[in-house]
Amino acid sequence: MVNRILVGAHYGLKDWIIQRATAIIMAVYTVIFLVVIAAVGPDSFDAWRGIFANGFMKFATFLFFVSVFYHAWIGIRDIWMDYIKPDALRLLMMIATAAVLVGYAGWAVQILWRM
Amino acid sequence: MAEMAIKKKRPKNLDLPTIRLPLPGILSILHRVSGAAIFLLLPVLLWLLQSSLASPEAFAGVKGIIGHPLARIVLFGLIWFYMHHFCAGIRYLLLDVDKGVGLEAARRSSKIVFAVSIALTLIIGAKVLW
Repeated sequence: MVNRILVGAHYGLKDWIIQRATAIIMAVYTVIFLVVIAAVGPDSFDAWRGIFANGFMKFATFLFFVSVFYHAWIGIRDIWMDYIKPDALRLLMMIATAAVLVGYAGWAVQILWRM
Repeated sequence: MAEMAIKKKRPKNLDLPTIRLPLPGILSILHRVSGAAIFLLLPVLLWLLQSSLASPEAFAGVKGIIGHPLARIVLFGLIWFYMHHFCAGIRYLLLDVDKGVGLEAARRSSKIVFAVSIALTLIIGAKVLW
C-alpha cells in the first residue's frame, strides 16, 4: 500500500512563486506604462502607435502580457478548484482556461509584431 | 485517534448573508472578483488594443467606442478593478514578507488600499475617459 502524504513537500511552491514574480513584473510595467502615457499624452494614432513601436516598450509589453496570462492561469485555476466540485467539469474548465490563455499569448504576439 | 478528531462535528456557519465581513475580508473577495472580471474582459481588451494599433481609422473607431457612455462606465469599473487588484496585490506581497500581519496593521492597510485604489481610479479615469 502506498501511503503518500500530500503535505510538507513543495507541492504548489512553484506556482506560488510564479504568481508573485508575475505580479511584480505587472506592477512595474503598470508604473512604466502610466509614466509613458502621462509623458506622451497619446491622443493621435501616430503617438499611440509610436509607444509600441519602441523596442523596449514592445518587449516590456510582451513580458507584461505573458505575465498576465500565467498569473491569470494560476488565479482562475484556484477559483475552479474552490468552487467547481464535479471532477470532470473542473478539469474541463481548467483545460478551457489554459487553452484560451495560450491563444491570447499568440494573439498578443501578433498584435505587437504585426502592427 | 486522529480520524476521530477530524470526524467530530464542528460548528459551521456558511450562511453568507449573516456573515459580516471585515474590511480586509471585503478587500480579499474583491481581489478575487476583480481578477476574474479582468480575465473575462481580456479578449475585449486585446481586441481594443489590436484595433487601436491597426490604422488611423480603426484608432478613431476605438476612440468612438471608448467615448460611448456605457463603455465609459464599464471601463471606469475596469480601471477600479485593476487598481484594486494592483493595490491589494502589493498589500499581499508585503504580508508575504511579514509586513503588517497584526490585526490593527492589517485593518489599517486595507483602508489604505481602498483609499489609494479609488483615488488612482478617479485620477486615471478622469485623464483617460474624459
